[in-house]
Amino acid sequence: MVDKAQCCCSTEEATEEELLSRLDEVIAEYKGKPGALIPVLQMAQAIFGYLPESALKKVALGLDKSYSEVAGVVSFYAFFSTNPKGRQTIRVCLGTACYVRGGKQVLEALKSKLKIEVGEATPDRELSLEVARCFGACGLAPTMSIGEEVYKRVRPAKVGEIIEEYYKNNVSVKGAAV
Amino acid sequence: MAKITIDNEVVEVPDGTTILAAARRAGIKIPTLCYLEDVQAIGACRVCMVEVEGARTLVASCVAPVSDGMVVHTNSKKARAARKMVVELLLSDHTGDCQVCDRNDDCELQALARDLGIRDITYQGEKSRRLVDDSTPALVRDSAKCVLCRRCVTVCADTQSVGGIFPQGRGFETVIGPAFAGELDDIVCVQCGQCAAVCPVGAISERDQVQEVWAALDDPTKTVVVQTAPAIRAALGECFGLEPGTLVTGRMVTALRRLGFHAVFDTNFAADLTIMEEGNELLTRLKKALTGEGDVALPMFTSCSPGWIKYIEYFYPDMLNNLSTCKSPQQMFGAIAKTYYAQKIGKKPEDMIVVSIMPCTAKKYEAQRPEMRDSGVQDVDYVLTTRELGRMITEAGIDFVNLPDGKQDSPIGLGSGAADIFANTGGVMEAALRTAWEVVTGQELPFDNLHVTPVAGLDGIKEASATFTNCLPEWSFLEGVTAKVAVAHGLGNARRLIEKIRAGEASYHFIEIMTCPGGCIGGGGQPRMTTNAIRKKRIEAIYKEDEGKALRKSHKNPEILQVYEEFLGAPLGELSHKLLHTKYTPRTKV
Repeated sequence: MVDKAQCCCSTEEATEEELLSRLDEVIAEYKGKPGALIPVLQMAQAIFGYLPESALKKVALGLDKSYSEVAGVVSFYAFFSTNPKGRQTIRVCLGTACYVRGGKQVLEALKSKLKIEVGEATPDRELSLEVARCFGACGLAPTMSIGEEVYKRVRPAKVGEIIEEYYKNNVSVKGAAV
Repeated sequence: MAKITIDNEVVEVPDGTTILAAARRAGIKIPTLCYLEDVQAIGACRVCMVEVEGARTLVASCVAPVSDGMVVHTNSKKARAARKMVVELLLSDHTGDCQVCDRNDDCELQALARDLGIRDITYQGEKSRRLVDDSTPALVRDSAKCVLCRRCVTVCADTQSVGGIFPQGRGFETVIGPAFAGELDDIVCVQCGQCAAVCPVGAISERDQVQEVWAALDDPTKTVVVQTAPAIRAALGECFGLEPGTLVTGRMVTALRRLGFHAVFDTNFAADLTIMEEGNELLTRLKKALTGEGDVALPMFTSCSPGWIKYIEYFYPDMLNNLSTCKSPQQMFGAIAKTYYAQKIGKKPEDMIVVSIMPCTAKKYEAQRPEMRDSGVQDVDYVLTTRELGRMITEAGIDFVNLPDGKQDSPIGLGSGAADIFANTGGVMEAALRTAWEVVTGQELPFDNLHVTPVAGLDGIKEASATFTNCLPEWSFLEGVTAKVAVAHGLGNARRLIEKIRAGEASYHFIEIMTCPGGCIGGGGQPRMTTNAIRKKRIEAIYKEDEGKALRKSHKNPEILQVYEEFLGAPLGELSHKLLHTKYTPRTKV
């Protein structure tokens, strides 16, 4: 359960029950049609932002598919994600220039600061961590970005400061995860 | 018809025949791995590639159909090199601990490497991650041995209509398994072990309990008794190179005695007991339904097959009232052994160990169900599959083939011919009818040689009906009633039958369901590979065992009459209800 007081964006967000009932409508529309699984999964991801277990089980039941088969499809396509996305995405460039100038170490520092793996989001759903391939700023390597903002010549030791600065400027809720 | 040339041999085959089938007809062997007759032909592993003149690439012969005038070379330089490369690549990502693998000498990948003359694995590099799943009491999966052939996927989804395992992930990361490469215990796995039965390598096997059984036999404080399922006697010989369908009942008993079991009994005794309870339960349900005395669920389903029990609990939980409340013969035996027999020999249930030899992996699960402790302790302690018993006999250095015949102990070791046929599809139905008919009419079941042939054989769904006439006075309400029965084996067929009933397209009074194709003789714990030809041979052997007996009806079994007289009282009596009947658990399918 998402604790609403802890969730910075809960005021505009629908509850999980509301999202699941929207999914029910999608399933009702596609039920019994051949090839329904992938479009229904795409719409489910559009509704939830990712594919939570509750949605996948509903899809399996609704379309009378085995849960393992649904999971097989979800884990096959890179498009589908079973991890929630953060409000903003951190991208660490691992293009050639950034890689040789320590991009990998920047990524490791972020992983240990945020305590998440690539593809995951922080528990407060504020930040996701992804890997990128070249921002076109190779002269400023290594680079990373949070949302639209690009950070240049990032040193692994400074990663903590960047994150704390981000939270100070963007997240007002006290007691956030970091 | 198409005329094709394979390795300079001209073969004429019907259109649509695959190159592999045409080659086999011409006596030409093309190596295969993922292909499995009657189960799967998907061209996934590429081991069966051959060269076809005029074709741009090599083709997978298990899926490529012939065309008239086709010229095929199965052993051209190109085909040999490709095949060898494919197997080498498979070996490069396979944990090859062959000496200590339970498939040592029984592994299709090992055999392919040998047959193709592979002496070196030239490809080195990263190996797939290893996931070992021992979450269930029945099965162990080891992804490091998996060759991604998908036989298990097909048998689970199509033959069994369970869909527990599918490929997860993609490319090099692909793992065959439950949702998100999780564990069998978290999904709808019914633990039938058909996946293990078709696995070409050591990636899925039964959870081995041989060590636990040795430890029990070595423990001087325990009395260790053993029961053998009806289907073991027609298959165990295959573990020692005997022809499929060789009956080894007597040798099996001698081997078990030499292993050190204190008493060798027979699940067949409990199968006869099942008929007494289940037959009476059916007649009671029919009476209530026909006289309007009470609300009962019909059709009644048999409940001997634990994979089927878990299946109906998952997929049709609203029909659990249709299941007979009878425990399976394995569990009836355990409960009787640790009460009636324990009292007879002056032992406490906790000082007894009951070991089952079963053709089945789901029986390992069944023995551990929380309901199965009516003697006060777990009624059946250890369950070994046919394969595990074969290994145990081999380990003990027993020359099985040349053993003299032995005879089961009394008083819970005698089984009728009706109990023998529990081993195959249609058998429980036939056994029940042999008794029920005679109880109701006083006459023998009006089928030639007591065989209900319409429900025998390997057709997926079978039906029969018979009209009761000249009923004894207490069964007069059945006079003129046509009893309709059906039999399905393989859970996919069970699902089809149930859907027909739910759609109102068919109705029956009594239905036998066996989880595995062919019934227990084709169980997930039987010697590999069980093909339809082998199923037929085992079934023939079982009917031969039945026909060779003077005692062919459960209700005539003197040891059954004895256990009711000395202990249980009457079928469906109070003690029977406590020890021989059970309850089921509705489950959800995701």
